[in-house]
Amino acid sequence: MFELLGIPPQALFGQLLLGLINGAFYAILSLGLAIIFGLLNIINFAHGAQYMLGALASWVLLNYFGINYWWALLLAPIVVGILGVILERLLISRLYHLDHLYGLLLTFGLALIIQGLARNEYGISGLPYTIPSQLSGGQNLGFMFLPNYRGWVVVASLVVCLTTWFVIEKTRLGAYLRAATENPTLVGAFGINVPRMITLTYGFGIALAAFAGVLAAPIYSVNPNMGADLIIVVFAVVVIGGMGSILGSIVTGFGLGVIEGLTRVFYPEGSSVVIFVIMAIVLLVKPAGLFGRTA
Amino acid sequence: MADAALATRPETASISDALLTVRDLEAWYGESHVLHGINFDVRAGEVVTLLGRNGAGKTTTLKSVMGMIPKRKGSITFEGKELMHSPARYVAKAGIAICPEERGIFSSLSVEENLMLPPKVREGGLSVEQIFELFPNLKERLSSQGTKLSGGEQQMLAIGRILRTGAKLLLLDEPTEGLAPVIVQQIGHTISRLKNEGFTIVLVEQNFHFAASVADRHYIVEQGRTIDMIENSDLQANEGKLHAYLGV
Repeated sequence: MFELLGIPPQALFGQLLLGLINGAFYAILSLGLAIIFGLLNIINFAHGAQYMLGALASWVLLNYFGINYWWALLLAPIVVGILGVILERLLISRLYHLDHLYGLLLTFGLALIIQGLARNEYGISGLPYTIPSQLSGGQNLGFMFLPNYRGWVVVASLVVCLTTWFVIEKTRLGAYLRAATENPTLVGAFGINVPRMITLTYGFGIALAAFAGVLAAPIYSVNPNMGADLIIVVFAVVVIGGMGSILGSIVTGFGLGVIEGLTRVFYPEGSSVVIFVIMAIVLLVKPAGLFGRTA
Repeated sequence: MADAALATRPETASISDALLTVRDLEAWYGESHVLHGINFDVRAGEVVTLLGRNGAGKTTTLKSVMGMIPKRKGSITFEGKELMHSPARYVAKAGIAICPEERGIFSSLSVEENLMLPPKVREGGLSVEQIFELFPNLKERLSSQGTKLSGGEQQMLAIGRILRTGAKLLLLDEPTEGLAPVIVQQIGHTISRLKNEGFTIVLVEQNFHFAASVADRHYIVEQGRTIDMIENSDLQANEGKLHAYLGV
């Protein structure tokens, strides 16, 4: 078997795939954060908890209601999204006239409460969720073994990210959203119901997080802390990509996942910090982020 | 005293067929009280200007009518309906549209998206073809980013997009500000065209000569109050008074 730079290809491509999978989650989550921040000016610290809720919802749907993975992929984001809508109406909408910091504190508190409740109810040992039978097994590609489910995760998240990008950048609905992100007062003066748009946007961002949670459930076991571990990295991804940039968060999400995977191959000691090192460098060189618009 | 009271309410009772009636309008930006008593009427099909020095409250008056200033009181009636407690989106649906001073062209939207952004509120707006006829420049730049247009083209876009919606009353905030004379002339022709098409227009202007060339009547705004009303036909006779008001 040949080697690349002294690394066996199985290890290299294996880590690349792992990087792509992580990147897929970074991309969906940072995309949701970017959309929410763009329109609401809220840094949604509850995003990780809401991702966990998506995973938890799929587990509950399966174990209590016998609803399978495919339905969970549709239902969990809707349920968690509605929860997001209620949170926005009840709590977050009261903070729009205040500094960003208050939104961050509120959502951080919400994250702690949601995670605490989940821990209380389901413990921290993790709940197993089996891969749906249609996606078990894998393909031998010659240079590596590709588990079907992991391939599915990459493809599904790419499709969701690109569809979201298309809707925001290329449709009339997206034009309303972009315009309201720039100047909500004027968009309201054109007769558009901006408060409702804000509520639905938050709900959609949360639904994206829950969708990622469902995708993640069979890979990582369902654990109340799964979001808390991930969200810190996702925030770094958002900072690198540039707060509020749609395409930027998708590209940066996948890109950083891959970079992290490659680091694990070539310099394993650095793999857990590489994203934060990149974040520090980007902040020094281009504080608005790689794809950020400077106001 | 009686004179002063009269002066703050020019023509209060005289216009019964008004499309828009503004009475005792007051408005605040946070704690600062900027409008202290704005009174004016606009008949259907008229072009009326608000004239006054910088900071007199003209822009705030337009924004208050549009419902874009949350803290206000007094009365704003349009087609007999009271709009004082309606948020901006209901004012828009009632048939009023604004072209803001800063033009409000969205940089993340293309020219076409900017043009098509305001939803139709009722029938009777101009078609996109008619808007291109008024502003041929826009047609050639449809796919450009909105803010890549020249200042004059941005102003045309800002006016053009509110003509589609079917709004009857247009609030134009300094449409000539910072534009070359030839563009100012084009905008003047456009306003006359729109008047002929049946639009009613409230115009805020610093450019007094421009205002005189397009308007039927002028209200003078000073320190958040309307202090006088002058018919365009009486302008010559009142030139001295106007110079004193506007400091021109």
